[in-house]
Amino acid sequence: MSGMMTGIPILSILVALPLIAAIIAMFQSANGARWTALIATLVSLALGVLLWMDFDPNGPQWQFVEHFPIGGGISWAMGIDGIALLLIELTLFLMPICIGASWRSIEKRVPEYMAAFLLMQALMIGVFTAQDLLLFYIFFEGGLIPMYLIIGIWGGAERIKASYKFFLYTLAGSVLMLIAMLVMIWTAGTTSIPALMAYDFDPSLQWWLWLAFFASFAVKMPMWPVHTWLPDAHVQAPTAGSVILAGVLLKMGGYGFIRFSLPMFPEASAEFIPFVYILSGIAVVVTSLIALAQNDMKKLIAYSSVAHMAFVTFGLFAFNQQGIEGAMIVMLSHGLVSGALFLCVGVIYDRLHTREISRYGGLADNMPKYALLFMVFTMASVGLPGTSGFVGEFLSLVGTYAVSSWAGIVATTGIILGAAYMLYLYWRICYGRLVHEDAAAMPDLDAREMWLLAPIAAAVLWMGVYPESFMRPMRADIGRLLERVERAKPAGDAHLTAGKPAPAHAAHAETPVAEAH
Amino acid sequence: MNFAPILPELILTIGAIVLMMVAAFMGKRGSNLCSWASVALLLGAVATLGGEPQHAGALFGGQLVADGFSAFGKLIIYLCAAVAIVMAHNWFERDFEHAAEYPVLILLSAVGMSVMVSATSLVTLYVGLELQSLSAYVLASYRRTDDRSAEAGLKYFVLGALASGILLYGISLLYGFTGTTQFEGVAAAFTRDGTTSIGLLFGLVFLLAGLAFKISAVPFHMWTPDVYEGAPTPVTAFFASAPKVAAVLLGVRVCLDALGPAMDAWRQIMTFAALASIFLGAIAAYGQTNIKRLLAYSSINNVGFALIGLVAGGPQGASSVLFYMAVYVVMTLGAFLCVQRMKGEDGEYIESIDSLAGLSQTRPGLAFALAIFMFSLAGIPPMFGFWPKLMVFNAAVTEGLIALAVAGILGTVIGAYYYLRIVKVMYFDAPAGQPYARGGNALETAMIFLFALIVSPLGYLLIGPLGELTGRAAGSIF
Repeated sequence: MSGMMTGIPILSILVALPLIAAIIAMFQSANGARWTALIATLVSLALGVLLWMDFDPNGPQWQFVEHFPIGGGISWAMGIDGIALLLIELTLFLMPICIGASWRSIEKRVPEYMAAFLLMQALMIGVFTAQDLLLFYIFFEGGLIPMYLIIGIWGGAERIKASYKFFLYTLAGSVLMLIAMLVMIWTAGTTSIPALMAYDFDPSLQWWLWLAFFASFAVKMPMWPVHTWLPDAHVQAPTAGSVILAGVLLKMGGYGFIRFSLPMFPEASAEFIPFVYILSGIAVVVTSLIALAQNDMKKLIAYSSVAHMAFVTFGLFAFNQQGIEGAMIVMLSHGLVSGALFLCVGVIYDRLHTREISRYGGLADNMPKYALLFMVFTMASVGLPGTSGFVGEFLSLVGTYAVSSWAGIVATTGIILGAAYMLYLYWRICYGRLVHEDAAAMPDLDAREMWLLAPIAAAVLWMGVYPESFMRPMRADIGRLLERVERAKPAGDAHLTAGKPAPAHAAHAETPVAEAH
Repeated sequence: MNFAPILPELILTIGAIVLMMVAAFMGKRGSNLCSWASVALLLGAVATLGGEPQHAGALFGGQLVADGFSAFGKLIIYLCAAVAIVMAHNWFERDFEHAAEYPVLILLSAVGMSVMVSATSLVTLYVGLELQSLSAYVLASYRRTDDRSAEAGLKYFVLGALASGILLYGISLLYGFTGTTQFEGVAAAFTRDGTTSIGLLFGLVFLLAGLAFKISAVPFHMWTPDVYEGAPTPVTAFFASAPKVAAVLLGVRVCLDALGPAMDAWRQIMTFAALASIFLGAIAAYGQTNIKRLLAYSSINNVGFALIGLVAGGPQGASSVLFYMAVYVVMTLGAFLCVQRMKGEDGEYIESIDSLAGLSQTRPGLAFALAIFMFSLAGIPPMFGFWPKLMVFNAAVTEGLIALAVAGILGTVIGAYYYLRIVKVMYFDAPAGQPYARGGNALETAMIFLFALIVSPLGYLLIGPLGELTGRAAGSIF
């Protein structure tokens, strides 16, 4: 299939298409804007499918490369590897669902809403495709504007505070990264990301650069203790805003680590492993416990996001195949699952207009379809084998364990706590008796809602049962990344050694040891 | 004597004198003629800037210079002046007796600014500055029946006179200790004596203090909010654009040319002024309720960023300052054009930020344009306002001034808050009070549209040509 799209600037088209649609939508009626947005996102998704089919996992590292110098040292340089490809697919997959989720729940200022979402899509695709450092920054920061508007205009009661917090927190994190980027450009003499990924910075300089990048990605991720903007933003944002925030925007942090911090500053990354692991460990335990105590559904899922993202940082800084692949799968899986969970919250919020968990209960009786799908996503979030969550978390834990047993133990606690808060949530909403009359009167999922949730459920199961589809495109790229960081790889405290095969007649005496490997 | 290199100044001076007569004899009836003739003169002067004589080098025995730097400065200044005249034309439509003299004063001010950006001697520097300032004092108090305008004019005049005095004192010290008023001679004296000479050092400090007043850099910024608030909006727009560009460019030439060898001495001063302007401009804007005052603090804040490029020095730093000012005037003029649309049904101008509430619902186009200018002034990508900020920080990083760049960029985060507040009021709040009167001058609408387009992401297409222009202009002073 490869080469089908040679000569077509497919990545630029993926950026331009939603932009053009955004401009059209702004001048349309509410319904016109809805359809424009839906059609634009579906066409983008179709292009995304073509992109995936055309991507050659065994081909060169960077594919679909475009390069036009703009002047002043910045270029319109685009190109993707397998890692970027998967995150682009995630974005393109979630966007039509977001539009669908807003179809009825957004009633005021629809054209502007749709335009903001389409702009958001263009900028997110730009982040994952940019191959120029400054271009990346422009897309990365540009996403703040539409999200600020989405939270601020269509959000809940506390929306203004949440929108400021979101904007200023993320901006403060990112500006230091900009200075670090300028230092890198000045030192290495290039703005090209592929070239910088191969450039060896002086380890003492790396230290500072790593910290500056960390400030940005840790906020975006978000990592404990700079996660506090997230619950506010999630709770206040409209449903689709939460979906895109949890589904894609948080992934930019992980993408940043995998694209910049690890390959560009391997020594510094290795040096900071304990730091990252301590923060991630605290995040897993503390935010899980906080999630356990929430009465607000969206807040609970928001805190669970912070805990899940800690698995990403655990896996990424493990410096091994399992860890990094696991981190990527956790990112993809969390993108789907948390998005779906926010949609599930949105479904009942649209009916009862409250996010208070105690106002529900026993929904399995009157909303069986809803209860089933919600169960699937709850299980995926818990990490039940057969769902996407299991694959990612398991790999990530295997990788983490190789570096530090303690980190592995702490991270595993997170899985247990995760099961606790998710099952507790599910129990309180779907099981028990229908005590509230208004909750009992809620109708089950309609066709539109089924269309939103069913595809995600299918993707979650697909990723859980046959993760190879998702690992294949990125395997070569993760291999390249590992080669790059090999020189700084930590020794780790789990030294696996091959057992000594004993002669057959004595085997029964030694089997337990040999089999453990 | 070859007058070709000063053709733009000649056009404007003669034009201004003739138009003054026209204004005197025709009175109010001449306002249309004077305005459009002035715009034509300014555009005519712009047209002469491309020619060979504009790179003739030293003129009049080294009093002035015609080089790429001065040509670039004049280009921006004349265009800003033309915009200010067009804006005022609409403003003065309502029964105003002296509408015809206004463009004449702008022209004279433009001549003063031309001299500022091409001065290579302390005397011409001072003459240019005073010509510009005297016109500005009158312009600030142009609505003399309005208390605020009169107060603005008086404040500007008293403080401006004080600053001129300080400047002149610095000049006289420099002259006394170097024996020359030429930039070259001053530079040679600094090379010879260094900053060990206390007289030279004092001269430098006073000179820079006077200039800091003109560019409204902290700690000489106190007049700015009051004057910006009190002066008529087109005049404020003019103050925030052309004279600022002229003074910053003058500062660049003085620092890098006359005081070039004393870089270590003025770098400390300018570093302080830059950071203090950025932070004070950002923090003091928090509590403002008047949009013009807010934009005044915004201009203080922006000058701080431009000064970072100056502190970096060298051709790259100078070029980043030029780039910064070029984009800054587009953003700021655009913002003031939008402010001028804030007008009640009765024709009264409204300046409170609260009155912008819900503008995105009542006047979506205007709100969208103002939001673009605000995000751009805040330097948030993908707006074009991000790029000049990047350039000054890049210049600082290249010079190894990383701490300065970090401090400056943290200032953008603080500053972002109040720009966001305008967007919040327009987009998040519900409409309150009576909506603004509809309609407006088509030419102004076209300008808002054009400026918004320039600072939108499409502006990045200008990086190449504008970068080359500023690079060449900056190169000509080294």
